[in-house]
Amino acid sequence: MAGVAERSGSGPRHGSTLGTFSGSGPRHESTLGTDDQRSVPPGRQKRKSFRSALEGWGFVAPAMVIVVGLSLFPAVWAFILSLQKWNGFGSQVNVGNANYVQMISDDELHAAVTHTVLYTALFVPTSVLLGLFLAVALNRQIIMIGIYRTAIFVPFVASAASTGILTTYLFNPQFGFVNNILRVVGLPQQGWLENPSQAMVVITIMSLWGQAAFTTVIYLAALQDIPVELLEAARIDGANVWQSFWHVTFPQLAPVTAFVTIWQTIGAIQLFDLVYTTTRGGPLDATETIVYYMWKAAFKNLEFGYGSAVAYGLFAVTLLITVGVVLYSRRSKVEAF
Amino acid sequence: MAIMISRPTGAIPARPVGRSGSRWWHLLLAPIAFLFALPFVQMFLTALTPVSEINKFPPRFFPAHLTLEGFIKLFETSGILLWLRNTVVVSSVGVLSHLVLCSLAGYGFARLRFRGRNLGFLAIVATIMIPTQLLMVPTYILFARLGLIDTLGAAIVPWLASAFGIFLMRQFFLSLPAELEEAAVLDGCTRLQILFRIVLPLARPALATLAIFTLLGSWNDLVWPLIAINNDQAFTLQLGITNFQGARRTDWSLLMAGNVIATLPLIAFFIVAQKQFLATMTFSGLKG
Repeated sequence: MAGVAERSGSGPRHGSTLGTFSGSGPRHESTLGTDDQRSVPPGRQKRKSFRSALEGWGFVAPAMVIVVGLSLFPAVWAFILSLQKWNGFGSQVNVGNANYVQMISDDELHAAVTHTVLYTALFVPTSVLLGLFLAVALNRQIIMIGIYRTAIFVPFVASAASTGILTTYLFNPQFGFVNNILRVVGLPQQGWLENPSQAMVVITIMSLWGQAAFTTVIYLAALQDIPVELLEAARIDGANVWQSFWHVTFPQLAPVTAFVTIWQTIGAIQLFDLVYTTTRGGPLDATETIVYYMWKAAFKNLEFGYGSAVAYGLFAVTLLITVGVVLYSRRSKVEAF
Repeated sequence: MAIMISRPTGAIPARPVGRSGSRWWHLLLAPIAFLFALPFVQMFLTALTPVSEINKFPPRFFPAHLTLEGFIKLFETSGILLWLRNTVVVSSVGVLSHLVLCSLAGYGFARLRFRGRNLGFLAIVATIMIPTQLLMVPTYILFARLGLIDTLGAAIVPWLASAFGIFLMRQFFLSLPAELEEAAVLDGCTRLQILFRIVLPLARPALATLAIFTLLGSWNDLVWPLIAINNDQAFTLQLGITNFQGARRTDWSLLMAGNVIATLPLIAFFIVAQKQFLATMTFSGLKG
């Protein structure tokens, strides 16, 4: 992903973490570090390159040790583990691809996939549309706009633990705020987190509460990058507000839409912590997601090998989705990546 | 493409809109803002409501009396202050270490030329793609062998540096003109002096982004402490209040008092430094 930013060539503010590096802007690479190798005798040149290697690695090594030691190395190790049966104490038994084969016929995993897909289908479109809607609404100078913005953005700092406590309180069937409102307006009381067909909806609502700020802020930045002349031209041509939004603004936002969609999808299929702090997978396993199942397999049942295999399966799916969207948006000339 | 962090989103003036339309936008935005504020408002109110009132039926929207008994009980019967201290330690060590180590590495990758530089940077970029759940099992085993499990160290070590931080700082350094440093080299400054005296003072926006990213991530982290720490002396705040949910299920004013202590510092910081938070947000899907 080479960053949404390439679209406008101006600001990679909405760039993904992955991508802006491969862009094409001017790069002020220093030429200082390069030794002037033409005039230096071979022995000295060697010593100099050794010294520059020592200096370079001195700068990067401390951080590299942490990152490689806690990401790259465990990722490789996880793959080895996924080919074993091991509970962390006894002996490690190599089982080849048995863990991956087991995934094919694991009904609980299939149910977890279904719940994850349900959550993704609920969360991703609503979070993108809500972000777009809020960005359009907040993109104006009226009094109190600062208060509106703060109120909408501040839930972004709420942790999963905090959101979980708030969710179980607000949606408590007996005295929760939401049922209280329903009671006052004369509607029937709901079970919410205790009802298998409503629990995932509640989790989606509270995820939106915490994350609307993210899509909104990205759309806000993008809206402000749209050239004013485009909208003026549309107005002169007789387009009304609605038409100029759908025919001018929205197409201009396509790369950002592609970016936030993929970003939210990757986040959604990894849902774990809000499930842990609200339902712990219940009721009747209705909110058990893939990562929750993986966590249960690895750390409750101590099936380290199988847990790793599930994690790798999910990683593969994530990569496929990412590559798929990138290729699709390239082909349809949406220069998002 | 060089990363530009100097233009926080919040600072961009919105396009002015005709006066006539503004009343409708208020009618739309005020209820939405109210809904978004509601959970936190409920959190503060409930923390100050006597338990006897919370469990009454029918429930009230606003408490008849306010009390601090939830907070008092929280301080008396739980380790909340210890957990607060633990979280402050994790976050401050994490932020400081991130700023130093990622600046050094980012500068090395941006400006120094040495054998293995490109390979090293490729390794960093590759790790950005790796999702955390893939790392949980091996990291747990690794930490168990290092004797870190059930200690605060288990919560600290993963926040010492990150691929994202290295990447961010490198991109920022690449966007600075190298001429500034060339003069310093001619004056005989060492690379470290150049970094700390010339480059870092210019890198404040990037450092702010990195600090907020690390603060938010380390303060709110739940998944990793949940796996690695099972000893309530080493609990972080998030772990502590999550544990309450099982142990003190119906004691809502105490639960919410704990929630206030875990959340209020970040809420206050967000309100003070909103621009920097928004800039950080556009930069990374922090919660993704």
